[in-house]
Amino acid sequence: MTLKQAFAALGALIVGGVAIVAILAPWITPHDPFLQDLNARMQPPFWMDGSSPEHLLGTDQLGRDYLSRLIYGARISMIIGVLVVICSGLIGTTLGVLGGFFGGRVDAVVMFVITCRLAIPLILIALTVVAFVGSSFTVVVLTLGLLLWERFAVVSRTTTMQVRTLDYVAAAQAAGCSRFYILLREVLPNIIHHLVVVATLEMALAILLEAALSFLGLGVPSPLPSWGLMISEAKDYMYFSPWVIMIPGVTLFVLVLGINLLGDGLRDRLGATRDA
Amino acid sequence: MRDDVAPLLEVENLRVRFGTQVDAVRGVSLTVRKGETHCLVGESGCGKSVSALAIMGLLTRSAARTADTLRFGGENLIGIKDRALAKLRGDRMAMIFQEPMTSLNPAFTVGSQLAEVLQRHRKATRAQSLERAAELLAKVGISNPGLRLGQFPHQLSGGLRQRVMIAMALMCDPELLIADEPTTALDVTVQAQILRLLLGLQRELGLAILLITHDLGVVARVAHRVSVMYAGEVVESATAPALFAGPTHPYTHGLLACVPVPGQVRRGEPLGSIPGTVPRLAPGLRGCAFRERCAHAVAACADAVPTHYRGPDHPYRCRLSSDWAEARAA
Repeated sequence: MTLKQAFAALGALIVGGVAIVAILAPWITPHDPFLQDLNARMQPPFWMDGSSPEHLLGTDQLGRDYLSRLIYGARISMIIGVLVVICSGLIGTTLGVLGGFFGGRVDAVVMFVITCRLAIPLILIALTVVAFVGSSFTVVVLTLGLLLWERFAVVSRTTTMQVRTLDYVAAAQAAGCSRFYILLREVLPNIIHHLVVVATLEMALAILLEAALSFLGLGVPSPLPSWGLMISEAKDYMYFSPWVIMIPGVTLFVLVLGINLLGDGLRDRLGATRDA
Repeated sequence: MRDDVAPLLEVENLRVRFGTQVDAVRGVSLTVRKGETHCLVGESGCGKSVSALAIMGLLTRSAARTADTLRFGGENLIGIKDRALAKLRGDRMAMIFQEPMTSLNPAFTVGSQLAEVLQRHRKATRAQSLERAAELLAKVGISNPGLRLGQFPHQLSGGLRQRVMIAMALMCDPELLIADEPTTALDVTVQAQILRLLLGLQRELGLAILLITHDLGVVARVAHRVSVMYAGEVVESATAPALFAGPTHPYTHGLLACVPVPGQVRRGEPLGSIPGTVPRLAPGLRGCAFRERCAHAVAACADAVPTHYRGPDHPYRCRLSSDWAEARAA
């Protein structure tokens, strides 16, 4: 196994692990993540003095079990990541494939829309939306999903342009295929491996942005155990109990790193099988 | 030859223009009859492939196509609806491309790509289509068709892929097969096999073939009728025996002089060549496009070119009289 493959395997392990933990959350959490116990506030994690075996990663400022909140936070991060990627992937790929395949005016319009999107400041939009409709899980998913599609659009547009000129697309036309059919069967399957890589990058970005929005108070509302929210709530206590900010911070870093490693690995692997 | 058979494909005065800069095809006329092989010959860039794509309606949107007549088996292809054309393509008229390595979709198995054609045009079931696909793979000389059906294009060699392409073109028993340099990208030995295969299929199925090639050896072996193209025009058209016996246009002459023929080429004498390259054709070109490269060019060649006849069925576009070559040799 080369070093590259080892990194990819590590990434897959991290993402797989977090995904399993997120799915199994209700069964593996030792405590209710919403249950407050004011007598057991700010208990340190297991590697520090004065920790309790009840709470392996300690408790937060309201006495909620930190490990349980972390596990439920993984759930929120993963669900947001996946939903945002599905939403933005659909929008971006549709636009990109249409522009790349039809070219001309269609492409000009698509490029204009992409340029417009790039000019939109994401945090500002999130702020405005939250100001109007309030913050909620759905609002975060929709805001990110409707705004994070430009990489899908750019990549699918370029790769479609490359595939469009290949002989098998002309051959399909010569065999009497409709344009819609060609897009779906000839173009899409042959660009999908690029899009998978984009999807991993976008998922990592979506998770980070959710954390950032939650940190700013624009993301999922309290008391939902989002990692960004945990960091945000912990920032008042970080001088005396640095672990309350370290634990969710490190988890976030590890998950995003894992997704990116997995993405790199997928890119190498899918690229290699195509060239064979 | 075979004048009694009604023409399957009739093309008259076909023109293709890309943007406002290039006239790729300038008034091509040709006729393909049932069971006939019509070869379109010429150098690279003379408009052979563009003519074929124009007939199939596969040009990119930047190309403008016009024609006085473009009829296929009683259907008028000018202004035909996309849907009606899609019905014809792959069913009654099929096309094989030059590059077998890129003509198959890498994302699907050979079997699924073959089966699809029949499923689309004949509403056949998947099982029926696969059965037909296996039968055709065997017919085009692929051993163990059952195994090949489940393989992906990247698992096949170039020769095999071209056979698969031919099988795919034949799925619906087309009346016309347009083959755009089907053997150019293949090894010489495989070329011969593929040509034999096409001829065999033609005899067996009564297929009409429009074969595009720059290889006069191929033409000599398979053609019933030949149209020589130069700079977007058909400069000479005749039955194959008549053309090889009496090439009349100086370009055809030059082309034939470039090919070594056993017994005819004298030892120690260099093969012929035609100086220069096919000119880039800006619109509004007047006179003979070949005059820059022609040894017989005179000032009059810059005027409109007359169409002369060497025989009743052997037109050529040149000011020279049909016996100029014999006169010079004498």
